[in-house]
Amino acid sequence: MAAMFFVVTMALYFAATVSFLAYLLWPSKALSKVSLGMTAVGFAAHTIALVARMVGATDVSPPDFHEALSFFSWMLILVFLAVEFRHRLHVLGSFIVPLALVSLVSAAALPDTAPTLTPVFRTLWVHVTLSMLGTVGFAVAFVAGVMYLIQDGLLKSKRFNTLYSKLPALDFLDHLSQQSIVMGFPLLTLGIITGALSAEFSRGSYLNWNPEQTWALVTWVFYFAVLMGRLTMGWRAKRAAYLTIIGFAGVILTLIGVVLKSHGPVS
Amino acid sequence: MHIVVVGLSHKTAPVEIREKLAVPESRMGEALTRLCSYQGVREGILLSTCNRVEVYAVVDEIEAGYGRIQEFLADAHLSLSSEQLTPHLYWHQGDRAINHLFRVASSLDSMIIGESQILGQIKDAFEAALTHKSTGIILNKVVKKAISVAKRVRTETKIAEMAVSVSYAAVELAKKIFSDLSEKTVLLVGAGEMAKLAARHFIASGVRHVRVTTRNPQHGLELAERFGGTAVPFEQFREDMASADIVLVSTGAAHYLVSEDDVQRSVRQRKNRPMFLIDISVPRNIDPAVRHVDNAFLFDIDDLKARVEQNRGGRLQEAEKAERMVVDEVGVVRQWLQSLEVTPTIMALRTKADDIKRVEVEKTLGRLANLSASERELVEAMASSIVNKLIHNTMVTLKAEVNSSDGAAFVEAARRFFSLGDPALSLVDENAPPAAGACSSSHEESKDVEAMIPRAGSKRPDH
Repeated sequence: MAAMFFVVTMALYFAATVSFLAYLLWPSKALSKVSLGMTAVGFAAHTIALVARMVGATDVSPPDFHEALSFFSWMLILVFLAVEFRHRLHVLGSFIVPLALVSLVSAAALPDTAPTLTPVFRTLWVHVTLSMLGTVGFAVAFVAGVMYLIQDGLLKSKRFNTLYSKLPALDFLDHLSQQSIVMGFPLLTLGIITGALSAEFSRGSYLNWNPEQTWALVTWVFYFAVLMGRLTMGWRAKRAAYLTIIGFAGVILTLIGVVLKSHGPVS
Repeated sequence: MHIVVVGLSHKTAPVEIREKLAVPESRMGEALTRLCSYQGVREGILLSTCNRVEVYAVVDEIEAGYGRIQEFLADAHLSLSSEQLTPHLYWHQGDRAINHLFRVASSLDSMIIGESQILGQIKDAFEAALTHKSTGIILNKVVKKAISVAKRVRTETKIAEMAVSVSYAAVELAKKIFSDLSEKTVLLVGAGEMAKLAARHFIASGVRHVRVTTRNPQHGLELAERFGGTAVPFEQFREDMASADIVLVSTGAAHYLVSEDDVQRSVRQRKNRPMFLIDISVPRNIDPAVRHVDNAFLFDIDDLKARVEQNRGGRLQEAEKAERMVVDEVGVVRQWLQSLEVTPTIMALRTKADDIKRVEVEKTLGRLANLSASERELVEAMASSIVNKLIHNTMVTLKAEVNSSDGAAFVEAARRFFSLGDPALSLVDENAPPAAGACSSSHEESKDVEAMIPRAGSKRPDH
């Protein structure tokens, strides 16, 4: 059942992505409603798929990457729907839904078998969940940053097209980006701490400077600097937008590193 | 029974005339009562705004109605004669009157096309008419329809979203930089008309903090007071710029007053919070090189005009769409009005034929007293058959022509061929007893008389 709903979800997110991208180019109210409807139904299917999988799990095995990415995608859509509900910001969907789709497709592409992470502890659940929640925050910040740069560019070049009319005000995007980092950062911090704890349990050391751990720490330091820079040195607006995009690239690299390590040739 | 409109608007009359005719809300009731006291005016509604004064009415005779309403308008002001008004007025009747009302309600006839105030004003006028019972079945329906057409135009076209003036375009651009203007500060540099207008637009859009600087300190103080802001010494405004989110420059200076460095420094002081600079001066007062400063957004008069033009293009398209909608909806009302006339005509024809049949059958049967029951039935059946066959084609044709452009002519012809009374009159009487206030009741008598005497064609008492 989980698998079936998973496929339905993917199909709906794919359709929503296509229609949300079309919405960027054509001024149509109907398009935004259709896209939004498909996303909402997809989200419901996704929720069922996740619950079914959780209920169906026989043991307390830790989440594999398939589940983690699927959960990440689910959280992204949840955040989008929440922001949409509050601010009626359809255009956010044109950026977040494709990202959620990519994440979900990556989840599907990964082998569905148990991961190769050997010793298993309950703390791994907490670690994965917290890290993923932190990543969702950074993903939203990244999307807001991209939207910021697009709107900034359109205003500077005075190109008042459909996209310009749909994107919200610059300071709103800047604020959204900041809020997302402010929420994501403590979650990632906790994720890293729980990760270090489970590493200590499984391998006897908190940190053994392998590439993905190093990347994770670099990312953490980077976001810390971004937050501090904003608070003390006025790293906001355009600069903040660039920094959040770079930071998210770091997050993705870390994730790829972790996945490759457990699935691929690295291990 | 015709719908007419007589009025004047910003397109036909200068403000000196418009303000004389304007009817304040406090005197609306009195005016409506007066309007309905005119002979031949059955229903009336008065729309009085700063841009237009219009009377929509249902009258018995078009020409006479026009004259009465013009008198009514002239009566509003002692110093105006009816003749003096003539060059400023427009007169429409039937479809064109309805079309005009729909266009006005949809803000297609407004000074600023797409503005939303007019719909509220029409609702108020209608409210006043209902309170004073000056409207009846026809205008109630038509005005309600106008309100729904206006709503449809607003939701189905983008006419209301369009920026229509340079200052509006400036506000619209600002909203793409700042989501909440109420906490933002506007710095007005110089006292150019356009800049003042723009400042007013910003204040209307929620901006609460205004700072003003002009070369002449006294002038600056006055302006600051007018906008409820503070004055800044002209020599200092560059240093003060960092406190402003929106800078409006419009002076007569022939050189750049604000350099790239000034803006760069301000943005730095603002810790990269975006700045919106509008240069409405010609020649320009802000160095165009400011465009290269990150987080500073400079727009000059040409940029704003280009934006207005872009909107205008879109607006014209949207307006065309709206015009088509109006025409469609006028068609709907026209059909309703026509069916209003045909149905009672058919009913009157039926009643008349039955009456004649009944009388003739009774007369004949009275003479043929020795007929059996079945024979009497036969005579009655024959009479019914003849009558039905005679009027059948007329009724079918009337029904078929309800929606054709000649519908009214067929109704008129049928009425004259069969000597039927004025059907619309009886309908108004039947359907509007509760609303039969000022307008209807004052004509009760004349209506009855007219209904009794079949009209022998074009009776024109006034022309």
